[in-house]
Amino acid sequence: MAVSSIKTNVSSAKVSLSPSALAVRRFRKHRMAMVGLGLLILLALYITAGVVFSHGYCAPIGQDVSGESYANCNDTSLKLRSPSAEHPFGTDVIGRDILARTVYGGQISLLIGLSAAIMEVALGALIGLIAAYYGGWVDNLLMRIAEAMLTIPNLFLLIIGARFFTNAIPNINLFGRELTGNVIIIILIIGFTSWMYVARIVRANVLSLREQDYVSASRALGASDSRIIFGHLLPNTIAPLIVSATLGVAGAIISEAYVSFLGLGVQGATATWGNMLEGAYRYLETAPWLWFFPGTLILFTVLGINFIGDGLRDALDPRSTRHI
Amino acid sequence: MTNYILRRIAQAIPLLLIISIILFTLMQAIGDPIATLGARIPPKPEDKERLRRQLGLDLPVFFIDCKTEKLSLSPGNKPSLGTKVGNILTNTDCQFSLYNQYLVWLVGNDWRMVDMDGDGLGDVPGKRLGVLRGDLGTSLVTRRPVVEMIADRLPNTLILMVTVEIIIILLSLALGLYSALRPYSAFDNIATGLSFVGFSMPVFWLALSLMYLFAVNFRRWGLPYLPTVGMFDPAVGKTPAELIKHMILPVATLSIISIAGYSRFVRSSVLETLGQDYVRTARAKGLRGIIVVMRHALPNAVLPFITLIGLDIPFLLAGAVVTESIFAWPGMGRLFIDHTERSDFPILMGILMLIAVAVVFFQIVTDVVYSFVDPRIRLD
Repeated sequence: MAVSSIKTNVSSAKVSLSPSALAVRRFRKHRMAMVGLGLLILLALYITAGVVFSHGYCAPIGQDVSGESYANCNDTSLKLRSPSAEHPFGTDVIGRDILARTVYGGQISLLIGLSAAIMEVALGALIGLIAAYYGGWVDNLLMRIAEAMLTIPNLFLLIIGARFFTNAIPNINLFGRELTGNVIIIILIIGFTSWMYVARIVRANVLSLREQDYVSASRALGASDSRIIFGHLLPNTIAPLIVSATLGVAGAIISEAYVSFLGLGVQGATATWGNMLEGAYRYLETAPWLWFFPGTLILFTVLGINFIGDGLRDALDPRSTRHI
Repeated sequence: MTNYILRRIAQAIPLLLIISIILFTLMQAIGDPIATLGARIPPKPEDKERLRRQLGLDLPVFFIDCKTEKLSLSPGNKPSLGTKVGNILTNTDCQFSLYNQYLVWLVGNDWRMVDMDGDGLGDVPGKRLGVLRGDLGTSLVTRRPVVEMIADRLPNTLILMVTVEIIIILLSLALGLYSALRPYSAFDNIATGLSFVGFSMPVFWLALSLMYLFAVNFRRWGLPYLPTVGMFDPAVGKTPAELIKHMILPVATLSIISIAGYSRFVRSSVLETLGQDYVRTARAKGLRGIIVVMRHALPNAVLPFITLIGLDIPFLLAGAVVTESIFAWPGMGRLFIDHTERSDFPILMGILMLIAVAVVFFQIVTDVVYSFVDPRIRLD
């Protein structure tokens, strides 16, 4: 760390920075990460501030509506309209406004992405820590299960998982919004089918950390297993976990989109960027706006997250000499 | 070496058994295959019962068979054992049963008589041979052997995926090498930016964009346009030219995304090798640049790439679910998704186990091949 602090602070050599301040500095110098951050801030604005555009006359109800009810208002007389001043992104097969649906769908897609990534990392870290710390048959069993699950292509596991729970959960209420229950199911499925890489990284890291002197010292002082695991081993593997979590958000958003695209994802009125694409390819010639807007939003989100993930990897690992 | 291979195979067997048990458990919950049969007229309960028996679906799933009975708590009814949850008393009764669905799937049932009429006595000798003897069972939907159905689709998938893989290897080597020889040049920077866009692209977005541009718009503009769906145009027939025309878009879709990632991998690997001492030595003794790169740097740089490709090969069998769906390509991915919808688990088990065996096999092959091309690696 001393070497790298000299290297990065030639101009202000007298100020000594903490490792985390150094990481922040490296991250801010990463041009692509800054582009990614800008992209994500714009997207965050879109899905929050975009709500103000979601209002208008809803013919089937016969009154002006705003908010999510406008996004779910299906005026079949307006189906498959091309983009216009009134519906800037056009309307879908049952006449719902695509702009409003991408705003509310984006909220759900990001909710799914974030929750699934948190679950993936939590599950992966827990399993990796347990496997590495206890070793022996526990390690063997957990790693064989991880290997078994890595052997099956991820999308196949997701499809089977999605079938597993079809319509098993009633609607839920979150932040005053009525959500189709299988939003939760999709989050669980993505989390349960993607923890394996995280578990392997954590396990490999902990295996080498376990032999360090401070762990022996801590054990000699009588620290409990859970204190050693969560107080010493986990904080020292935090850097790869942050990177995995970031990239995991992108992976989960794409997974949701694939499963929904195949018609096995979030069902019902609740929009997600993924389920807006379901069946859109049948209207390839007549209504390209059906898939273009949600698809492009997914692309921008994933691109932004990947840029940031790359910047974080370079920033958090001072040894990495990778320059792209 | 022989010892190493034998040990790896011995380790692979329990792994494959674990995989098959995990999958077989998942299969029990993807839906009732009997319920989806007889689309218009729902079959009578007794017909369903008979069908279930004929297909062997009445057997317990695994060796340990647990039945949970729900008993309501009435004053006169006092069962001796069980657990009480609220007002409902459940009584769980577990039995060991040797003859079960998993065992039939694994080793077949030709060693005993099968009960067809439901009187509890076997009356027809079993015909299933089991996966271990190459019988993957029969599709519940089409009643055709799973092996036959996979064999129908596999060539379609392979013709697509092998082409894709060859293009990926050649183009990522070329692009990666070119970038590495001119690091931080305009070409390299643009290639890096594009590669990020490339591997961030959802496959359906790329597929639909390509279709929209080269099929829909080219046609609109009066240019020669590409077909979008299927393998052949029925009006023209099954000619090689038709096949190539239909392959262009799916192949482009699948290869662009992988090339984006792999060319960066080759680039960093070549850059790392170019900084090695033996490359400096080769340059110092006056070799021409191209010979240094081609003979000294490149062979060492592509070694990790071999592992990457080797581990890709088994997944070629799996096809590409999303791409095949969009382009209506009759391959393995489509077979899988179509039969998932109908809960046809023998097909799903067949496809997934085929992939699992291929993955395990190619992992061993890749390691062995690697030890031949890189003598520094010793397998003991």
